[in-house]
Amino acid sequence: MEEGFTRITEGCPQLLELMGGGGNSFRAAEEKKLELKLGLPGGENWLQAKGRKEGLSIDSTLSLGYSSKVAKSNGSKPCAGAKRVFLGAVEPNTEAIQKQQSLERKACGPPVAHAAAAGNAAGSNNSSQTRTASTPVVGWPPIRSFRKNIASTSKPSSESQNGVAETATKLKNDKKGLFVKINMDGIPIGRKVDLKAYNSYEKLSLTVDELFRGLIAAQMDPLAAGSQKNSLDKQAITGLLDGSGEYTLVYEDDEGDRMLVGDVPWDMFVSTAKRLRVLKSSDLSASSLRTVSRKRTATQC
Amino acid sequence: MPPHPEWTAAMFPDEVWEHVFSFLPSDADRNVAAASCHAWLRIERRSRRRVFVGNCYAVAPAVAVARFPEARAVEVKGKPHFADFDLVPGDWGGGADEWVAAMAEGWPQLEELRFKRMVVSDDCLEVIARSFRNFRVLGLAFCEGFSTAGLAAVAANCRNLRVLDLQENVIEDNCSHWLSHFPESFTSLVHLNIACLPGEVNVPVLERLVSRCTNLKTLKLNHAVPLEKLVILLRKAPQLVDLGTGRFSGEHHLDLYSKLESAFTGYKSLKSLSGTWEAVPAYLPAVYSVCEGLTSLNLSYATTQNPELIKLVSRCKSLQRLWVMDFIEDDGLAAVASSCKLLQELRVFPSDPYGPQPVSLTERGLVAISAGCPMLHSVLYFCNQMTNAALIAIALNRPNLTRFRLCIIEPQTPDYLTLQPLDAGFSAIVESCKDLRRLSVSGLLTDRVFKSIGAYADRLEMLSVAFAGDSDAGLHYILSGCKSLRKLEIRDCPFGDKPLLANAAKLETMRSLWMSSCSLTLGACKLLARKMPRLNVEIIDERRGASWDSRPDDCPVEKLYVYRTVAGPRSDTPSCVWTV
Repeated sequence: MEEGFTRITEGCPQLLELMGGGGNSFRAAEEKKLELKLGLPGGENWLQAKGRKEGLSIDSTLSLGYSSKVAKSNGSKPCAGAKRVFLGAVEPNTEAIQKQQSLERKACGPPVAHAAAAGNAAGSNNSSQTRTASTPVVGWPPIRSFRKNIASTSKPSSESQNGVAETATKLKNDKKGLFVKINMDGIPIGRKVDLKAYNSYEKLSLTVDELFRGLIAAQMDPLAAGSQKNSLDKQAITGLLDGSGEYTLVYEDDEGDRMLVGDVPWDMFVSTAKRLRVLKSSDLSASSLRTVSRKRTATQC
Repeated sequence: MPPHPEWTAAMFPDEVWEHVFSFLPSDADRNVAAASCHAWLRIERRSRRRVFVGNCYAVAPAVAVARFPEARAVEVKGKPHFADFDLVPGDWGGGADEWVAAMAEGWPQLEELRFKRMVVSDDCLEVIARSFRNFRVLGLAFCEGFSTAGLAAVAANCRNLRVLDLQENVIEDNCSHWLSHFPESFTSLVHLNIACLPGEVNVPVLERLVSRCTNLKTLKLNHAVPLEKLVILLRKAPQLVDLGTGRFSGEHHLDLYSKLESAFTGYKSLKSLSGTWEAVPAYLPAVYSVCEGLTSLNLSYATTQNPELIKLVSRCKSLQRLWVMDFIEDDGLAAVASSCKLLQELRVFPSDPYGPQPVSLTERGLVAISAGCPMLHSVLYFCNQMTNAALIAIALNRPNLTRFRLCIIEPQTPDYLTLQPLDAGFSAIVESCKDLRRLSVSGLLTDRVFKSIGAYADRLEMLSVAFAGDSDAGLHYILSGCKSLRKLEIRDCPFGDKPLLANAAKLETMRSLWMSSCSLTLGACKLLARKMPRLNVEIIDERRGASWDSRPDDCPVEKLYVYRTVAGPRSDTPSCVWTV
């Protein structure tokens, strides 16, 4: 009896190994399989199977009285699997063990590394072996976006202020267009741009030029008539991204910090930019960019 | 049937037959009556008040409106069900504009309008708001394309509106004062569901609205309304029968809890409770006083765990419908099984499908419920593991199941005890549950289960299949059996052209078929379309590459949507859809 009990606790470090990562853990598991062991016939295979399928329950005759109440917390203890010891066995144990043995010999893929991914088909379907718990399939499991966001944003321990419905809408809106405000120094009226409509900083820079060129001209000389206005219009806004022009493009990210546009890959920029601003290059200093307080931003807007 | 229907029909004035037809319980029955002779066709269509259009592309709007000139209530559905899980491109279709235009033209007396999974624009809402003098009920479920500006138009113009039911729509918030557009003289509201609204709600305005609508029975708030505001609203509407709270948390006040508790104590008629986003466990006991009378409880947005969750649910002895997250765990479900003997419908949603913290919800919970709740007939259950034995037990315990949707989260998961496919378990379900109308299968399944489904599931109307089957035989079993099948949706199964073509005629007896990530080819789709002119065969290709006309017949088809229609190919297909 005791040996069997020790076996269970030995199983835990094995599970830790298996959770560590693909190839190495598989080799370790294989080595374990070949090791000579004392104990119940089929006992080693029970551990293998346990390591492979977190959440696999064995009928009570093999549980050896190990209490399932021990790991009650939802913490990611590898031995949480022991919690699911199935009381009131339905299947005769020897049959179950024999089946596991035969299936293990057929098994060709790496064991499931993740605690939550209960039961991959043991070798019977190759495609499922390549799928791990952390790479979900599109549209699976079949739950709507509203619900998906509850799971990730409203964990009891988190203090997310984001409304659940808000996040869900944001997710849906992401597909449609990402309009952010853009203001320019000296121009009281702002514009909005759809970041999704562009795929590069170049295009964004050109658009900013188009959006504000006219406004600057009107600002500088609102009473200008006819030809004079036209000549002012021709002054393009250039050098927004490299600091060479009269103006520089900056943005406010999702942490509230003001950042220079152009440092990160475009996709990352689109997902973190909350608003844009066109500053006079002369107002910039290397140190002032990241330390601009939110209060100052508010008054400027 | 009388031997000479025309002669018999003439014996009585039309009004008598209309009265007779009003007793026919379903549209299907009315359709049969209408088909028996011209007189009955004429009488039936002129007297049909409720029109249901299960697929907005099955018939042209103008034709439907002309056919039933006296319609007062209509429901139209658009996108395929799998659109809920992002499998259908956003611009696929389902626009409501043509329908609204036709209705405005032909049904000025329209009172009730419901759209499900359609794209409804603000323009549509404005037309609706101005076109129907007696408009009473507007229901939009899983729709998109409109904003609060459109809702403002409805609020301002629908003088007799009784029901505004917005269920899980995607709404743009550009008019945060839309509620103010209900005139001060407006008092007819009975049902207001704004749970899916993304923005802030003007609570004082809502308060006034609630106060003057003394017949208000249903009020479902959105996430933006915290507990402090809920308390205020509850005091204005003690007659509510159906309440959806906002978020069940708030700024901590010393007396918030007691205010909440006393507000609920006044609620004698409350039957249904939902909402409860981010439910802070400490506040839950405030609702204990209403638990005894609740018949419907939706905690599926509440992240509360046990034991608070069990404490709450086990007080609800009259519960008929329970929606929860898997935080309830097996223990909780065992408690429900012993406390809620009147339970009819159970839905258990996953809290964190691929997260690192597994929850102890297994097949045992469902078995316990099936054993303890004799009236249970509708199940939606997400879990990580299942056994044939459990499914067999459920089947034997509950032969009265009408809806059984099981989703084992990891695809192709076998019986975790025997490592066998779950064929035996699901076969038991279809064999035992003779009235099964809706079934979703999951886990490791071979063609064998489809043989059983085809053979036994005579009443099955909707079947959802994913990551299952071995070969064409699986699909063939389904299509050649399942006498009552109306909707079939399949993804990621090794089903190919042969069974589709062999059972082409079957497709005309169904509303629709969805197949994605299977083994279909362009050639088969072309053949199908040619063979069955009354089907629209749509190939959906999001890569929007070269024209499908020029591709070879063996080109694989990633997504296929086939539906019967009398309207011919639709004219609003986007670039990602090609009607073969």
